[in-house]
Amino acid sequence: MTNKITLGSVFLYGTLTIMALLFLMPAYMAVVTALKFPADISLPTAWEFPAKINWSSFSTAIDLLKPNFINSIILTVCATIGSTVLGSLNGYVFSKWKFKGSEVIFTLFLFGMFIPYQVILIPLFQTLRAMNLYGGLAGLILAHIVYGLPITSLIFRNFYSQIPTALIESGRLDGAGFFSIYTRIVFPLSIPGFVVTSLWQFTQIWNEFLWGICLTRHADNPVTVGLAQLAGGQAVSWNLPMAGSIMAAVPVLCIYIFLGRYFIRGLLAGSVKE
Amino acid sequence: MKFLGGIMKKALAKVLIVMVAALMLSVPLTAQAKELTGELEIFSWWAGDEGPALQALIDIYKTQNPGVKVINARVTGGSGVNARAVLKTRMLGGEPPESFQVHAGQELIGTWVKSDRMEDLTPLFTEMGWTEVFPEGLIKLIGTDKGIWSVPVTIHRSNVMWYIPANLKKWGVEAPKTWDDFFAIAPKLKAAGVMPLSIAENWTINHLWESVALDSLGADNWDALWSGKLKFDSPEGIEAWALLGKILEYTNSDASSLSWQQATDMVIDGRAAFNVMGDWAAGYMFTTKKMAPGKDFGWIASPGTGGDFMFLADSFGLPKGVKNRDNAIAWLKVLGSKEGSDTFNPIKGSISARTDTDLSKYNDYLKSAAADFGKDRVVGSLAHGVAANETFTGGFSSIMEMFLKSRNAEFAAKACQQLANKAGI
Amino acid sequence: MREASRDRLKAFLTLLPSIILIGVFVYGFIGETIWTSMTDWGGSGSLSLTPEKNFVGLANYDELFTGFLGGGFRQDLVNAVYYSVLLLLGAVGLGLFIAILLDRKPKGEDVLRTIFLFPMSLSFIVSGTIWRWLLAPQGGLNVLPTYVGMEPLSYQWLSSTAAILEFNWQNLFQILIYVASFVMILTGLWMLKSNSRRAVELWLIPGIVLGAGAWLFGGLLPEALFMEEMHGFNMATLGIIMATVWQYSGYTMALYLAGFNGISQDLRDAAMLDGASEVGYYRHVAIPMLKPITISAVIILSHISLKMFDLIFAMTGPDNAETGHPALTMYLTTFRANDFAQGAAIAIVLFLIAALFIVPYLVSQYRQRGRH
Repeated sequence: MTNKITLGSVFLYGTLTIMALLFLMPAYMAVVTALKFPADISLPTAWEFPAKINWSSFSTAIDLLKPNFINSIILTVCATIGSTVLGSLNGYVFSKWKFKGSEVIFTLFLFGMFIPYQVILIPLFQTLRAMNLYGGLAGLILAHIVYGLPITSLIFRNFYSQIPTALIESGRLDGAGFFSIYTRIVFPLSIPGFVVTSLWQFTQIWNEFLWGICLTRHADNPVTVGLAQLAGGQAVSWNLPMAGSIMAAVPVLCIYIFLGRYFIRGLLAGSVKE
Repeated sequence: MKFLGGIMKKALAKVLIVMVAALMLSVPLTAQAKELTGELEIFSWWAGDEGPALQALIDIYKTQNPGVKVINARVTGGSGVNARAVLKTRMLGGEPPESFQVHAGQELIGTWVKSDRMEDLTPLFTEMGWTEVFPEGLIKLIGTDKGIWSVPVTIHRSNVMWYIPANLKKWGVEAPKTWDDFFAIAPKLKAAGVMPLSIAENWTINHLWESVALDSLGADNWDALWSGKLKFDSPEGIEAWALLGKILEYTNSDASSLSWQQATDMVIDGRAAFNVMGDWAAGYMFTTKKMAPGKDFGWIASPGTGGDFMFLADSFGLPKGVKNRDNAIAWLKVLGSKEGSDTFNPIKGSISARTDTDLSKYNDYLKSAAADFGKDRVVGSLAHGVAANETFTGGFSSIMEMFLKSRNAEFAAKACQQLANKAGI
Repeated sequence: MREASRDRLKAFLTLLPSIILIGVFVYGFIGETIWTSMTDWGGSGSLSLTPEKNFVGLANYDELFTGFLGGGFRQDLVNAVYYSVLLLLGAVGLGLFIAILLDRKPKGEDVLRTIFLFPMSLSFIVSGTIWRWLLAPQGGLNVLPTYVGMEPLSYQWLSSTAAILEFNWQNLFQILIYVASFVMILTGLWMLKSNSRRAVELWLIPGIVLGAGAWLFGGLLPEALFMEEMHGFNMATLGIIMATVWQYSGYTMALYLAGFNGISQDLRDAAMLDGASEVGYYRHVAIPMLKPITISAVIILSHISLKMFDLIFAMTGPDNAETGHPALTMYLTTFRANDFAQGAAIAIVLFLIAALFIVPYLVSQYRQRGRH
């Protein structure tokens, strides 16, 4: 790229700036509204920056959402670890220990990624009830692990297929078996894979709403459900739901901002073949 | 369990001694049979303005039962839809909350009693003498031949039209007594840039429909509709839909993105002249907007329904198989008590279900509503679960969606009849 | 050798728990829901611990597609199809456009990429809440023009009752045949260059015959419904589409951007040397090379649009025919009207539509892997 100002570069930067502003608009609106006093919020002045800033929306939102926040952290961490570890083992088998029918099984796994979750909702809570897991975080964690398996297996399978088979073979010649090859050779190489997969899973699980509301009792509601509660109360004052939205978005937003590069890799592994 | 409870008590004795001592000093010795412990989960969709009212009740409960941890499980949003979905998964999941909010009438009977998920509360009613203090007609609605199934807490009136007297004076109109009166003044209002009638998201139009249909059909036919004696697609039934269609000509078109409070705000701000809403609107204007009933805001029975009181009642029941049954019963006792009822209702903006309420605690609107409840013809609301079961009310909402699009009265009436057949009316 | 076969057994055993879980939670549950959709589980008594269920065959589906009370569902289905198509066009188009701009490596590319991608990190509940506020009738977007001295807009983003592209559900079969013939003709034209004989014989001629047949003899087709029922694209859905495009075009952008980066500089230089312009490079070299990316973006986005629930619920709530979606209807039918069987039937319809896209995709992927 040259530093000359050309028509093309004016167009390029102009368009990008406008687009970026458009994309940031909702975020700006959320922040501005969250910082206002309820009495200052009105539709015609919605865009204006508040004359006096009201930080209390945030402290109230934090107070109200704190238990949900803790639930979400427990839920997300457990379910992410569970589905990532299982996914890694599955990916290892699917890529390095193919057996007759393993490709068919893999395809059947992938199908699970694309079903609309409405289709399994009713049997899901009936089964969880039968397993005595209904209502608590454990049931929700199990559900997220199971329905996370297709994507985690896919990402790890694609990741491991880049590890040269020769490496595995040499391990085998050294007398290493199935598990020792995994722990000694494959696992140390798969840290980036783990980062990518857990970021993806973390985002998905953190943001999930339908199961959160249908499968847990009040004390175990995740943060999205708590937020819907804030926003759904025939919201007369919009500052609280906006502050809550920002709070609920912060953890995942941080991931995007600081680990965005890994995340994009995760996206690609999850959607592009090999 | 009792034995275990004894051990627990001993273990906690040292802590309790301090608390009990403090209690003895502060509260007069109300004889408590035994100290209740554990949890009490109260499930409702009361948030916003109704939140403080519920909190006041919980406070009473807590002073009576300090050992119980109260979980105020509110599921808001989507006008109670979320709450119902959550409650249903909870119940199907075998995890019932100790007590939950439910509209008295078919919403309670058709869904929960028919499924054999509720405990009969007749012993409690006898013990507390409630069969004497609640109106007989109301007890019939919350009971079947097999028992009484919930404790009613509030009585709301659905067929009320709200306005601002000062504004009407300014525009030179009077509150309409019939829909014909309304059609006479509506063009004038419209010409002055005022929306004659404000409406909000879909359920408020269901709500409008029931007031309109009550006028169009009359109270006798309204009751006949729900007992299956009058068909929905009869000429009278179609007429009700046609009238609604005519009224909708004079309403705001951005309705579906407004909440009911925003529709009330339109009236308060003078952007609209009238609004048909249940009397929780009075609670909103009185408590939230600090307006004086009769002076800052006025009301009249929705056109053509003077002398009829279309009611709905919030009640709480006791599901079978709850973890802390004793705690739940103590909660129901608070709800049914005079103290509880007269604490809750003035804040929520409803009248008490008890016949012996202390009217001095209520504002002017509620006093007038209580007087009407005593003398008017009482009929059940559809939009709020009294008249029909959830199969009907759920389907009715989608018929209303289609009607708003097509404005085809005959189609809507026919669809209603099909739905009634399906719902077993 | 025995060592190897024992390892193979270990590999299978490692996979076994996941196979069982997926088998039960995905395939078992789908089977269960299919069964539920063929019963009469609903009405009073449906919430007992042991509800009564009787087999009724396809009656629930019949009700949905031809019954009186299925009108709401049919409208939602039509709306969901339009919604999916527009979301795909919007998100893929905008994502590709931004990716091409960013591929020029402007200054601050990192920051810009994050800005375009961040909406994707938000929960639908969060973005729905914010967008509902943005699209409020007298505020948000509508008052923006007043800041540059123009009149405020009065478009009712989420509550407009206008509809376009309406059609009569009675003519459904005829319309479906038109669509099929149109797709066949398009495929034929697209294949014309590479394999002209096959294109003409297999796609073009049958497509034209089919379309002409439906046009000439459409009157002979059975009517799909006993009465006229108009369905179309509701303008209020535009607001929902905007929010979804905002949230997901960053995703397609990231996919394309990674794809562009993967194209070697040599190839790019070679294309330029051949005299290709910038536009020509993308049109004839880069975008065709990224066909797999486009396909997977289409698959993922159509899957998302078919199960869209949280966003619509947060933005317009229940009972809003203008922005209805079967995923929402399923929730309301099941949990508000207590009609579990009908809810299951709606879920299965959604599932079958999703399968329509996904099964061919997965099968072709499977075949490709077999070839390697």
